[in-house]
Amino acid sequence: MQRDLILRDVRKALGRYQGEAIPPPPPARIVIPEVPVSQRIDSMLERVVALAGKTLRARSMAEARDYVAGLIQGKTAVASNAPFLRECGITELPGVRSGIADRDELRGLCATCHYGITSADFGLSDTGSLVMISSREEARLVSLLPPAHIAVLPASKLLTGLDELFNILPHPAEQTSSMVLITGPSRTADIEQILVRGVHGPGEIHVVVVEGV
Amino acid sequence: MSVVFDEKIQQTLANPKLQLAIYTSTGRLMDHRKKSLTGQLPDFEELRTHANAIKKHTIENLDYYLEQLEANVQAHGGKVVWCRDGQEVADFVLALAKEKGSKLIVKSKSMTTEEIDFNERLELHHLESVETDLGEYILQLKHERPYHIVAPALHLTRYDVANLFEKELGVPNDTVIENQTMLARKVLRDKFLQADIGVSGANFLVADSGAIVLVENEGNARLTTSAPKIHIAVAGVEKLIPRAQDLATFLKLLGRSATGQPLTVYTSFLSGPKRGPEVGGNEIDGPDEFYLVLLDNGRTKVLADAEKRQVLYCIRCGACLNHCPVYRKIGGHSFPWVYSGPIGAIITPQFMSVRHEPGLPFASSLCGACAEVCPVKIDIPKMLLDLREDVVKARTEDNSNQLERLAFKMFAFAMSHPKLYRLAGKMAARFGPKQAWVSHAPGLEMLPPVKSWLSQRDLPSPAKKSFRDLWKERKG
Repeated sequence: MQRDLILRDVRKALGRYQGEAIPPPPPARIVIPEVPVSQRIDSMLERVVALAGKTLRARSMAEARDYVAGLIQGKTAVASNAPFLRECGITELPGVRSGIADRDELRGLCATCHYGITSADFGLSDTGSLVMISSREEARLVSLLPPAHIAVLPASKLLTGLDELFNILPHPAEQTSSMVLITGPSRTADIEQILVRGVHGPGEIHVVVVEGV
Repeated sequence: MSVVFDEKIQQTLANPKLQLAIYTSTGRLMDHRKKSLTGQLPDFEELRTHANAIKKHTIENLDYYLEQLEANVQAHGGKVVWCRDGQEVADFVLALAKEKGSKLIVKSKSMTTEEIDFNERLELHHLESVETDLGEYILQLKHERPYHIVAPALHLTRYDVANLFEKELGVPNDTVIENQTMLARKVLRDKFLQADIGVSGANFLVADSGAIVLVENEGNARLTTSAPKIHIAVAGVEKLIPRAQDLATFLKLLGRSATGQPLTVYTSFLSGPKRGPEVGGNEIDGPDEFYLVLLDNGRTKVLADAEKRQVLYCIRCGACLNHCPVYRKIGGHSFPWVYSGPIGAIITPQFMSVRHEPGLPFASSLCGACAEVCPVKIDIPKMLLDLREDVVKARTEDNSNQLERLAFKMFAFAMSHPKLYRLAGKMAARFGPKQAWVSHAPGLEMLPPVKSWLSQRDLPSPAKKSFRDLWKERKG
């Protein structure tokens, strides 16, 4: 009812009739620079550091695991079901809960643990962003509810930036209900434009990029 | 200019504390923007031109993209609700909350919901709707509307917040900003985990994906759209872009123009509810139900004007506010509606009416800074000029002085008919007064239609020979 009225008003205002074809839209502007992997890693980590995140350029999966183990000593952590975390041996670390597929259980754990550990579907090296696609492997809340977030991803997942992401994934909605880009720790400047980190999301973020995989 | 507008401007100008707050905050935002562009984005100008072209195309074919969006939202299991105004949005949300037995809504920041007094409408019906963006939360406690499109509590200091939290939350007076922020986190975290419904706005609607895009820094929009069982997104019909790929253009412009960030901390691309095993997916969390409310609220009215419809290209970055010498003096609350600054001065007369605050399009020096920084190249100064014309037209229409209207009609008729004009000139020369009117015909200035005109001036007597006659004579 309201739908038809609003669409009728829109058409009337634009002088268009129902079902009228449209001219082609301006072509999408996608420009992808050539950047070697090593430089992508450097840029990714530099950007994260600039945003007050912590980083590690790990030469092996074992080094990534040891870094995570050092962080969570004595604290609780929930790991997502990403296969890469298992391959690194992170899901086997003491204090780490993993393999949870039940929403309510996951929510309860994420609301009370200190670290949320995830991999990432991609990294955007020019902005230091993590691309998180919601699935059985990566639930939404692991990178959101805990006060600290650790992301461990293989260097081969690093893209140059937004253009390459939307070139590889022109239709993200076909595979997920939620794709989130995470660029640094949660922050606000709502009071006097003074920066405070960790307002609703994690105030602490660690990005570990594993070379050679 | 209305008395209220004038009064609010005077109050703001007379408040040195407020002047400093506005000046400092907008100054910082300008610096951040400049830093994020200098040497960082060499194709900035091309991106602006491209964004303008995409928005122009989308708005000119809006019905097509709205239908495409709707079909794709439905394909992903979401529902689309079309609303003409705020009342219809409230009716929908209230009915849904009643059906689901919901008592609490968490909200992320949305100017569109500010436009329709969303929270107030629900509170009237005892449905609690809590703002979760820190700035908006503070304003909701203070019962104020946003001072700025992207920095809503820009006018308040840590001392204001300390007093407010003490009064409204019953906590000790604490002026440390970190502590204030952590207190809000704690209070609002409980709300997120209790709420049944999350209400967000949308920075973009993506037609080919049936998706909404949200940009934010705090994480409250992610929580709003991921923690509760139901997610409702409320968006104006103009928020459309054709393709997900267009985000490669718009996201680069939005963050930098707003706060000088290449990307905000969180950018969410959301389409429909959680895709769990029941629909053949494998997602673990996310809402069970997704509703997209498409709001008109004056927008279709604006579409009819081929020139001025470019106001609908706006992506709400707030850059024009920060760079406006007028906004930086008179602040956000002087403006008569929720949208302030240069963009507010062209949105308000068009969405509401030029009669809402006739002084608004005139409250500008037309310096052009707004157009220079606009990421989608809206020609704001040109539109302000056009709106000034509309204000004058409306005023003439509204003028109840029948005699004056008749006089102007006769004048216009004579001016557009040369023969009649010549005849009138001759008649005036022959029968009109031979000397200046007022000083030689006392009493004439008391006639109502000419009274105010003649109180300050005199009318010369008509020339014996008209210019046309003289021209003819000399030529001949």
